[in-house]
Amino acid sequence: MEHYLSLFVRAVFIENMALSFFLGMCTFLAVSKKIQAAFGLGVAVVVVLTITVPVNNLIYQYLLADGALAWAGLPDVDLSFLGLLSYIGVIAALVQILEMFLDRYVPALYSALGVFLPLITVNCAILGASLLMVERDYTFGESAVFGAGAGVGWALAIVALAGIREKLKYSDVPDGLQGLGITFITVGLMSLGFMSFGGIDI
Amino acid sequence: MAIKDTLFRPVFRDNPIALQILGICSALAVTSSMKVSLVMAIALTLVTAFSSFFISAIRHYIPSSIRIIVQMTIIASLVIVVDQVLKAVAYDISKQLSVFVGLIITNCIVMGRAEAYAMKNPPVPSFLDGFGNGLGYSFVLLAVAFVRELFGSGKLFGVEILPLVTEGGWYAPNGLLLLPPSAFFLIGLLIWVIRSWQKDQVEEPEFRIAKHTAMEESA
Repeated sequence: MEHYLSLFVRAVFIENMALSFFLGMCTFLAVSKKIQAAFGLGVAVVVVLTITVPVNNLIYQYLLADGALAWAGLPDVDLSFLGLLSYIGVIAALVQILEMFLDRYVPALYSALGVFLPLITVNCAILGASLLMVERDYTFGESAVFGAGAGVGWALAIVALAGIREKLKYSDVPDGLQGLGITFITVGLMSLGFMSFGGIDI
Repeated sequence: MAIKDTLFRPVFRDNPIALQILGICSALAVTSSMKVSLVMAIALTLVTAFSSFFISAIRHYIPSSIRIIVQMTIIASLVIVVDQVLKAVAYDISKQLSVFVGLIITNCIVMGRAEAYAMKNPPVPSFLDGFGNGLGYSFVLLAVAFVRELFGSGKLFGVEILPLVTEGGWYAPNGLLLLPPSAFFLIGLLIWVIRSWQKDQVEEPEFRIAKHTAMEESA
């Protein structure tokens, strides 16, 4: 249990997807003008990451890894080069299924997440988490915790940035830095702040 | 003229990173040394150019409802080729780039150009457009990597330029530039430079602070 808790805290703070790995930056900068929109996107990312990382873990362990097809009588087959294609396929399919499921059974949440769900397929935080999971050889349980932690960390970062930007628009910024430029510098400062979490271990 | 325009417009005027906010993730993470950035820039330029070319070649046969999946499949296949070549030819660099080669798939520049340009234009201009956007990305990547490696560790492509104090030279390296957040500052400043030069790219602020009037009234 302690191991999982430590993994979760590490994924949320120390290895924050947005601020220490710079994943999902495009959406991070584009959808962080309003806190409400940022929060909706954050929730959607948490949900999708928590589902896709463990599913990709199963696919990697039982279909793609070297010798993983032993159960089908093919112990010498190594399909790991198909990894990229399979993960992105799984992510795209799962997002689509999630969208239909929410539309049918939880319409309130569907209309809240609405526009953000399709955007998530091309969010590199999702694919990045799956690739990191493969690189670090997580087990099924670990990958579920890592997925959830990475999602929460990303959501936390985007809501925090949106909060800052809502205040920032009242300040007097030089012309050339207006908008994108000052946002980059703000994110740089936030990222420096998050570096202070480094070294925390539970 | 038209060809030159498609090719070079994205480098400065429509820079994918500085103006279109596309493909930023990898621009930040791989820029601590010139060598790694150069490999990343070449990989991305090739993938963007060829994916635009192939997608444009079959654009009349793609049903619009599943176009994203089709585009992703083409892009992912190209990235797998690049990934395997890198692993075979330059294993060290491929280890340093770790997940970022795979993340070219979700790099918004590739998807963005496929969706915005290749779906509407013939293959050859699409190829040039992809190539030009790749160059625009490479320009920012290499500019940031140049500053970070030169002032962060006194080297360029691993060759010593500024002799470090620790090795008996005169230059005390700026450690901040080796840390990831410095990339944010550098890109922010680069955007400032580009926009001071190309005034029309400046974004309109939502609020303007009104002139301070108390002084005039008292006078």
